[in-house]
This record gives sequence, C-alpha cells and structure tokens, in this order.
Amino acid sequence: MHIVVCVKQVPDTKIIKINPKTNTLDRRSAPAILNPYDAHAVQEAVKLKQSLGQGKISVLSMGPPQATEIIKKSIEIGADEGYLISDRAFAGADTLATSYALSKALEKIAEKQPIDIVICGKHAIDGDTGQVGPGIARRMDIPPVTNVIEVTKFDKENKIILVKRKLTNGYEELEVQLPCLLTVEKEINQIAYSPLPNMIRAARYKPNVWSVGDLEAVDKTQLGLKGSPTVVGKMFTPPKLDGGKRLEGAVDVQVKQLIEVLSEKKELLNVK
Amino acid sequence: MSEKFDVIVVGAGPAGTACAYLCAKSGLKVLQIERGEYPGSKNVMGGVLYRKQTEEIIPEFWKDAPLERPIVEQRFWMMDKESTVTFGYKGLEWAQEPYNNFTVLRAPFDRWFAQKGVEQGVLLINETVVTECIVENNKVVGVKTDRPDGEILADVVVLADGVNSLLAQQLGFRKELKPDEVALSVMEVINLPKEKINDRFNLEDNQGCTIEIFGDSTKGNLGTAFLYTNKDSLNIGVGTTLSSMMKAKLKPYDLLDYLKNHPMVAPLLAGGDSAEYLAHLIPEGGFHSVPKVAGNGVVVVGDAAQLVNAIHREGSNMAMASGKMAAEAIIKAKEREDFSEASLNKYREALYESFIMKDLEKYKDAAHTFEHHPQYFNEYVPMMNQAMNKFFTVDGTSKREKQKQIVKGFTGEKGTLTVIKDLYRAWKAVK
Repeated sequence: MHIVVCVKQVPDTKIIKINPKTNTLDRRSAPAILNPYDAHAVQEAVKLKQSLGQGKISVLSMGPPQATEIIKKSIEIGADEGYLISDRAFAGADTLATSYALSKALEKIAEKQPIDIVICGKHAIDGDTGQVGPGIARRMDIPPVTNVIEVTKFDKENKIILVKRKLTNGYEELEVQLPCLLTVEKEINQIAYSPLPNMIRAARYKPNVWSVGDLEAVDKTQLGLKGSPTVVGKMFTPPKLDGGKRLEGAVDVQVKQLIEVLSEKKELLNVK
Repeated sequence: MSEKFDVIVVGAGPAGTACAYLCAKSGLKVLQIERGEYPGSKNVMGGVLYRKQTEEIIPEFWKDAPLERPIVEQRFWMMDKESTVTFGYKGLEWAQEPYNNFTVLRAPFDRWFAQKGVEQGVLLINETVVTECIVENNKVVGVKTDRPDGEILADVVVLADGVNSLLAQQLGFRKELKPDEVALSVMEVINLPKEKINDRFNLEDNQGCTIEIFGDSTKGNLGTAFLYTNKDSLNIGVGTTLSSMMKAKLKPYDLLDYLKNHPMVAPLLAGGDSAEYLAHLIPEGGFHSVPKVAGNGVVVVGDAAQLVNAIHREGSNMAMASGKMAAEAIIKAKEREDFSEASLNKYREALYESFIMKDLEKYKDAAHTFEHHPQYFNEYVPMMNQAMNKFFTVDGTSKREKQKQIVKGFTGEKGTLTVIKDLYRAWKAVK
C-alpha cells in the first residue's frame, strides 16, 4: 500500500499581520509551518499504515528550498519518504498550475511504486481554496473525495474503502474504489506525540529535491505564473462578523428557542 | 532500546550549543535535545553577548550572526526618585573589529548558533523534554524523554538544561534552589525607530549602549535594572533575588512598570511599543551554589552549573566558555574511551583554573553581604544623589562649607563609624 500525502508550507495565519495598505499578508510577521490540515493528512496516513500493518508513506510538497522543513515535520509524524519540487519555473502558480506540477511529480513517484491513495488537507490556511486536491485527482483521473472525517473501513483485498464526508447539514458515507484522493478535515484524527526515533530520523533526513528538469513530459506553459489563469482583482480584509443571535427571556423560553434553532440547523450539532 | 550517541546535550542555549558544536566539529556523534519549539524560543537574557568567548568557538562570528549593536558605551546609574548619579565609559575602539561585546536578541541568536552546530553535524531535535538521566551501575548512560520510545543512550550526557536544572538535582549534584540563590528578572522588548534610539542615546547606527541602574530601580532592594539598545528596539528589565522580592512583597511586573514610568527612564522609552514580555530566573548564588559539575558519564554546564557573575552581569560568556571546556574534556575522554568521573573531571579542573571560578570566588560573599545589608541600595544611593546635588548646586555657599555638608550628609545620621564599617564591608565583598 503506497500512500502519498501532499503538504504545503504556509505562514501561521493565527499570528500573521495584514499590511493595511496593500491588503496582502506580511509573510515576515509569521513563522512558516506545516499547513495544519496537512498535518492531519499525514497523521491519517500513519493511522492507515498502522491499521494495515504495512505500507509506505511518501509526502510531496512544492515550494521554496526552505519547505524541506515541513517535509521533515511530516517525517516526525511518521512519513517514510519526502519529495520537494522546487524551481523558479513553479513560482507564482495558482491552484491550476500547482495541481499540474504536483500531478507530474506524483507520476514520477508512482514510477517507483504505484500510488493507492493520495491524501491532502481540506485546504491551505493561507489560500483557503481547497482546489488543489480535486485538481490533482482530475489530472490523475482518480475519484476525489473531499472533506473526509473518518475512514471507517479498509477492504484490502478488493481495494475498497468506506469513508465519511462532512456536509453542511450532516455527513454522507461513501464507498470508494482505490486508487483515490481524499481531502481531510481536522476532526479526522488527533496528531499523536511523535516517538523519539521519528524525531531523530527526521533530524537526519534529507528530502529528495526535484527541479523541473527532474520531472518528465512537462508542458512548461502550464507551470508557474504562465500557467495560472487566476487574476486577483481586489483584496480586502473581511469585515468583522456581527455578534450573532442572542436568545432572551426566561430560561425555559430560551431553551425552547434553542431547540427550535438546533432542529432547523442540524449542522450545529456534532454529526460525527 | 535504540541507537547510541557519543554525546547527548540537553538544552540548546549558549552553553549546550557551544559544547555540541565543538564535539561535533571534532567528529563525535552528537544529539542535542531542546524543549522549546526551536532553540532560543524559551531562552531569556538581558541581552549582552561577549565577543571573546563566542569568538573562541566561532571565529569572526560577528560577520554572520544576527547581532543587534556592538556596545560602545556602558553607563551606570545610581538612581534616586527624581535624580541619578551617572558614570560610565564610551570608547569608539569598541565600534570596530574585533569589538568588545554586543547586544543581541536571544531568539534569533540562539537559533543561528544552534544551526551552526547542525552544520557541524549535530543532530538537533526540538519540542522534546528530557525527563531524567538513565543511570546504570552509578553511571549516566543516556536520557529518558517525554516521547514514546523515548530512551536514548550516550557515553556522555551534557546537562545544559538551564538555571533550574532538574536533571542535576535528580542526580543529587545539587539541592533545590533557595530563594536567595536566584534572581527573578522580567524584561520587555520595546520597539522604537532606529533614529530615535540614536538621538536619545547619542549613538550612530552601528553603536550600542548599555545602562545598568541601581537604587530606586529596584525600590532599594538587592538587584539591578538594565536598559540596552538593540537595532530598532530597547531591552528594559529589572531583577531582584527571589528572597528580596518575597521580603518586600514586590511583584515583578509592578517593579517593571515602576521602572518604565520612572521620570529618569520614561523619556528614553517614550513612543515605543511593547513587543515582547519575558521573564526568567537567573542563577545568582555564585561560587557557593556551583554544584558538582562532573560525574560518571555526565557534565553540567552554563546556567545549570549556576555560572553567572551577578556583579558584572556576565553569564552568556561563562556559559560558552564552560561549554567549550566540557567539550574539550569530552573529546579527550573519547580518545581514552574513559567516561568516568575521574576522566571528565578534566572539565572541572579547567573550570576552576579559568576566569569563571576565579571571578565567582572573588565575589563569593558579595550577594550575601548586599542581601543582608540593603543600606547600600536604599540609603547610600539616595545619599550619593544628595551629595551630588549639593556639589553642583550654586547657591552662594563656600566650597569648603559644601564639602563639610556633603561629608555630614553621609555620616550625620549614621555616624562615622557605621559608614566606615559599611564601606569596609562592601570593599571586602568585592575586593
């Protein structure tokens, strides 16, 4: 079983500042971290490998040379191998060009050992688009299954998995034929405290770094800024949300109102 | 149990990194374990890095390291409520190579320093807490961490785990720290534009200034305050021994607020934004508090060995030097494959022959003296201020009469004998 997890280095948006003049992120104001959703994706791969008792986990990222840091972080969590595609030619890519470049790297990784599952985080916290995962699946011609909150069953023999997807008003269960691509929500697992041998392995690990020249049959017009049709028209800081609805009156009145709200909006309940 | 290293260094401050760096450089297999998110993330000091001892580990480090400013001026303030007596030294020879010392911010500096170790082959892991040393047959053979499968072996374990070294305590090398052996220091980093700093402190871009403040900065308690210039920020902090703080019922943050709002200090900070607030214990027990520093398979360095000279506010240099001496002893021990206490005692011998223990011995009774005689801070500092006020005030009094008044100001209330006794005691403590 070969699981590949796509990971991204992002600025920690919990503490990042926004330049009030340009409305862009001031990337120097926050440290670069492994996208939190991707950490859960790696953790899920580790969980699947453990439950199967065998398998290999590779992680793949695209970014500047410093992005090897998040590959090392993934090794800490339990990945076996790590690949970074890093080249000026990839710079300025939108989600379309990114998914193209990553799918080319996945092709190369699959040459060594065919890929059974690709796992991505739901989205990156710096862009919030959630498009790269499905983009990769489309290019690889495998089914994309987004917003996964649980892998409930793994049928090794028939290569079929059963997953739960989070919807706005509940969840759905899907049976998926491998190979497939999953994008995961945070509630899918809890990041385990890495064992010491993983930490030592990660400190020692030298990720594989590939440039454009290392990939095969690449159409360079689909890479980087050139391959990115996205145009950013305007950027602004979203207004602060209103306080929300406040329930008033005696306790039993409030309880009654609350039950009404909850029965209307079932997504407010924990559906898992 | 997993693989074995030649050396495990616990902690990635100046002492641990100096030791790890030199051991790795000589070809030893070194694992360095840091509890913070990255080296420097949990480390605090006022902010002076000394050139000499750093250079002995990384020559010409100033060309590469993230430093703030070379220090060209050191001032001392004897501060009263609305006045201060100042003396100091400014020398432009310190503004050029090889410099004397620098102001630094620890988070970037420690990170850089540890990275230098990694480049020498140190295997550095972060976010991992060493919970105890593994002891077999009266010899330290490795460490236990808080991680799953968390045991790891080594010929030598270097305890660079800081002032509160629980590991040294567990091994019985020292007792729990007493409140009069540690100072609690709190500080803030205050952002201020470079031009303002240059104007207010009379500096050029590549010049820094340090001010050590005694007297009212600690409300007359044993301790000091400091104000250091970084590139575009100031470090301001104050520390007193825990025992003084307890006795005077002082809250550290109140003390820092008091200092920041003091009329002698506030104008220097005006318009600055508080960027960081930090607090840390400083080992100030000196000579008498230095624990056993070498055992079978283990050495203790830096703050963990209580190597701080509180009188001269030196610590990071002692940390680096002790890390270096420990590394040299470990490298020799490795050649002999003998990691016994007798073998590692080469480190202890080097430490006791060096400036570190000589300086600590010189001041071995100073802290004790000043702790039990707070008059130096709460009586003599105001008296000095009154004396200078009299001396400089032109009011028609004859100079001879002024001198008389000044001397009387010192001896009048206390009596000549007491003053002589106090002076003798202070001289004895620091001679």
